[in-house]
Amino acid sequence: MQTDTQIFRRARGPKSPRGTEESPFVKWILISVALAFVVLFLLLPLINVFWQAFDRGLKVYYESLADPDTLSAIKLTLLIAGITVPLNLVFGLAAAWAIAKFNFKGKPVLITLIDLPFAISPVVAGLMFVVLFGRQGFFGEWLDAREIRIIFAVPGMVLATVFITFPFVARELIPVMQATGTEQEQAALTLGAGGWQTFWYVTLPSVRWGLLYGVILCNARAMGEFGAVSVVSGHITGQTDTMPLRVEKLYQSASAASMTAAFSVASLLAFLALLTLIIKTFLEWRTQREYEAAQRAQPEPTLIAPSLQPTSHR
Amino acid sequence: MASRKFNTLPGFGLTMGFTLFYLSAIVLIPIGGLIVKVLGMSWSELWRLATTERAIAAYKLTFGASFLAALTNAVFGTILAWVLARYQFPGRRFFDALVDIPFALPTAVAGLTLANLFSQSGWVGQFLVPVGIKGAYSQLGVVIALIFVGLPFVVRTLQPVLESMEREVEEVAATLGAGRFRTFFTIIAPTLLPTIITGFALAFARAVGEYGSVIFISSNIPRQTEIAPLVIITLLEQYEYSAAMALALVLLVISFALLITINLLERWASRYQH
Amino acid sequence: MSIELRTVSKRFGEVVAVNNVSFTVQEGELLALLGPSGGGKTTVLRMIAGLELPTHGDIFVRGERVNDISVQKRNIGFVFQNYALFKNMNVFKNIAFGLKIKKWKKREIKSRVAELLELLGLEGLEKRFPHQLSGGQRQRVAIARALAPKPSVLLLDEPFGAVDAKIRQELREWLVRLHSDLNVTTLFVTHDQEEAMEVSNRIVIFSRGNLEQIGTPREVYEEPSNEFVARFIGVMNVLDVQVHKGVARVDELEFPVPDRPEGQQLRIGFRPFAVQVSPDPTQYRYPGIIRHTFFLGIMMRVEVELPSGLILRARMTKEEYVQLGLHEGQKVSILIRSYRILRGESEPLSPEIMAADKGPGAYGAGI
Repeated sequence: MQTDTQIFRRARGPKSPRGTEESPFVKWILISVALAFVVLFLLLPLINVFWQAFDRGLKVYYESLADPDTLSAIKLTLLIAGITVPLNLVFGLAAAWAIAKFNFKGKPVLITLIDLPFAISPVVAGLMFVVLFGRQGFFGEWLDAREIRIIFAVPGMVLATVFITFPFVARELIPVMQATGTEQEQAALTLGAGGWQTFWYVTLPSVRWGLLYGVILCNARAMGEFGAVSVVSGHITGQTDTMPLRVEKLYQSASAASMTAAFSVASLLAFLALLTLIIKTFLEWRTQREYEAAQRAQPEPTLIAPSLQPTSHR
Repeated sequence: MASRKFNTLPGFGLTMGFTLFYLSAIVLIPIGGLIVKVLGMSWSELWRLATTERAIAAYKLTFGASFLAALTNAVFGTILAWVLARYQFPGRRFFDALVDIPFALPTAVAGLTLANLFSQSGWVGQFLVPVGIKGAYSQLGVVIALIFVGLPFVVRTLQPVLESMEREVEEVAATLGAGRFRTFFTIIAPTLLPTIITGFALAFARAVGEYGSVIFISSNIPRQTEIAPLVIITLLEQYEYSAAMALALVLLVISFALLITINLLERWASRYQH
Repeated sequence: MSIELRTVSKRFGEVVAVNNVSFTVQEGELLALLGPSGGGKTTVLRMIAGLELPTHGDIFVRGERVNDISVQKRNIGFVFQNYALFKNMNVFKNIAFGLKIKKWKKREIKSRVAELLELLGLEGLEKRFPHQLSGGQRQRVAIARALAPKPSVLLLDEPFGAVDAKIRQELREWLVRLHSDLNVTTLFVTHDQEEAMEVSNRIVIFSRGNLEQIGTPREVYEEPSNEFVARFIGVMNVLDVQVHKGVARVDELEFPVPDRPEGQQLRIGFRPFAVQVSPDPTQYRYPGIIRHTFFLGIMMRVEVELPSGLILRARMTKEEYVQLGLHEGQKVSILIRSYRILRGESEPLSPEIMAADKGPGAYGAGI
C-alpha cells in the first residue's frame, strides 16, 4: 500500500526520468534564471507595497486609511463590486446553462462574443459608455433633460466595471458545466424533478467550486479596475473615486505623506489580491484532489451480487 | 436553434434569451455605438485625427513596448513554465502561485509599486539608476510595467501543454541516441512553438490595451513616454471627442485583429493534441 | 399490456434514428433491445422515458398515450449507462432524491431507502459518495434510485456496458433475480447478443433504426426473420455461389437450387451447427482437414479446410468432439445438413433447404 502511494506521488510530480533529464548544471541555471525573474518582477513589487505602506509605522498607516475621502473610496469600491458581481454571476449561470447544456448553431461565435471585453482596452471600454451616455452621446440630451447622470457618476462606473468583468464567471462555468454533462440533470428529470429543482439540487452543487472561482476573480477585477472606471468617473474626490483612483490621486500629489497614503490604500488592494490567490490556489488544489479521488476509486472490481430476500417490496 | 440531443432539459429559451439580452446591453450596443459614431465622420477626417504626430508617437511606443515586453515574457515565461512543470525544488508551489499575481493585483497597485521600485530611491532603482538604467519615468518603465501584466499569459498557456506532453517521445529520442539538446531543439521546441507564440500574442494583446500600471511608471510626456490609451483620455479631458474616438477605433480594430489571430493560433497550437 | 409503440419514428435532422417501429411489451416482461451501436435502440428507450420526443407515432404506457406527458410525470425508472449518480450527494440522498421531489414524509423516505439498501445489498454504504464506490456498487445505487419512487417501468441503458467482464456474469444473473422478485416491467438496451439471449424473456432486434425482429431468444435464434438477424445472432457460414443447371456451386460445393435461372449469382448461408463432421474421410461427400479447433466453454468450434482451400466453420458439443475422436490435422468428411438462400440483409429469409443425403446423427435446425 505504501509503495503504491509513493509510485502514485512520483508519477504525478514533475520529476524527470533518467536519460531524458538535463544535466544538473543546466537545470540549476534554468531554475535560477526563472526564479530571479519572478523575484524581480513579481515578488519584490508585492513586498514593496506592504513595506512602503508600513514604513512610517502602524499609526500613520491607520490614519491614512481613516481619511474621509479614502473611506468614501473604499465604500464606493465595495458598492460597485457589490452590484457588479451579482449581475455577472446571474449572467454567467444563464450563459453557461444555455451554452454547456444545449447544442445550437453559432455557439463558437457566442463564446467569442462573451470573451470580447477581455480583448478591448479598458480605456476604449470607458469611452464607449461616454459615447452612449455622455453629454454629446446618443442619449446625452435625453438624460440631461431628465437630470439623470450616468457619466461622471456611479451608474457609469458600475456599467464600465460590469463590461470589464463581464466574461469572468461565464468563462469559468462553461467548461465546468460542459464537463459534468447532462446525464445527472436527465436522471433528476426522470425522478420527477422540475427545471428549477434540477438546477438547484443537481447543477448548482456540482459547479459550486467553479462558480466560486469565477466569482472571486470577477470580484478582484471589479475592485481593482482602473482604466475604464477612470474614463467615466470624473474624479470627484469623496464622490466618484474608487480605491484605485484614490491611489492615483494620492500618488500624483507627490508629497511624502500622500505617497505613504497611496501605498496604504494600495496595500488593501494587494491584500485582496493575496486573498484571491489563496482562495484560488485552495480551489485548484481541491478540484485536483477530487479528481484524483475519483480516478483512484475507479479500479475496484469487487462485487458480490447481493442475494435477494423474499421481498417486502411493494 | 434548439438542441437536438438534450431537448428535454428545460430553460433553454429563458437562459438563451437572458444571455443575448445582457450581452447586447452590456457589450454589443456600446461597441456598436462607438463604431456608428466614428463612421459618422468622413474618412479624411478620421485619417487626419488618427494619424496626428502625437498619435503616431503613441502608437510607436505602445506597440514597440508591448512587443518588447511580450518578447521578454516569451523567453523568460517559457523558461519559468518549463522549470515549474518539470523540476522539483523547494518553494515550487509558492512560485507557481506567485505567477498569478498580475491577474489578481490591480494594475494601479502594480504601477505604483513598480514605479517606486525602479525609481532612484527604490530597492532596485538605487542599483540601476547610477549605471544609467532608468527604469522609472522612461520608455523602459513602460516595458517593465507591460512585462508585469503579460507574464502569466505565457506561463499559464504553456504549463498545461508541458505537463501533458508525453515523456515517452523524449525517451524514444534518447534511446535513438539523440542528446538532450538535440532532443530539445528537434522534438520539444517544435511542438511547443505554436503555444509559445499563442502566449506571446496573448501577452501582446493585453499589453496594447494596458493603461493603469503604465501611467504610474511612465513620465507621460507627449511624443516621448505617452501610450495610446493615455492619449485617448487626455483628448477626452480636453473635450476632443472625435479625436479620442478615432484613436479608440484604431485600438479597437487592432484588438479584434489580435482576437482573431489568437483564435487561429490556438487552433494551430492544438493540432498536436489528439 | 404495459408499453406500446405505434409507428414510432425519430429523426435527428437528416438522420433517421428510429424508423416506423411498433411493438408491445407485456406487464412484467423482461425485454432486451438488441442491436449494433447506432441501431436506434437507446433512442427507443429514451423516447419511452420521455427524454426524447418521437417525430412521428405514439407511445402508450399502461394504455395511456404519453407523448405529451413530460418526463417528470411519466413515473419511469431510468438507469443511465454511466449511472449519472449525483456526485454531490451520498448514497442515501441519491436514492431519496425522487421521493423528496414527490414530497414524501421524512419517515417514509427513510424506511423506503432502508428497504432498497437492503434489497440491493448496499447496507452500510449510505454515507458514501459516488466516487467512493466500486463500479458495481454504483450501478446498484443507480438502480435503487430508479426503483425508489415505485416506477411502472424500469429502463436500463447498457446496464452491463460499464462493468468489467468478470462481474458482468454475476450482474446478469442478479438482474434476472431482481426482476423475477420485483416483477416490474423492465426494458434494457444491449449490443451483446449473448447477454440478451441469457437475460431476457423476449428480444427486440434493431438495425439502422429498423425493427428487424421481436421474439423469444429461441425464436430469434432458430427462426431469424432475415439475414441480418441470422448473422447478428450467432455465427454463420456465408458463401457466394453461381447457379449452373439447377445447382449452385462454389469450388467443390454443390447446393441444389431448383427453379433458379442459369448463371445467377446467389449467396448461401448455414449455421456451423448444420455442418456434420465425420472422422471417416469417405463417409460424406466432401473430404477435408481439420485446421483449427477452438474451445468455447462447453462448445467446440472446428474449422475444416476443403481441398480447394475453402474453410467452413462447424460447431459441436465437447462430448461429441471427444466421441468422434477428432483432432487438428485430421482428415475428415463433412455434410451440410441444411442451408438457406440469402436474399439481402433486410429481406425475409427463404425457407430452409434440407440436404438430400441426410447423414446420421442429424438434429436440430440448420439456421
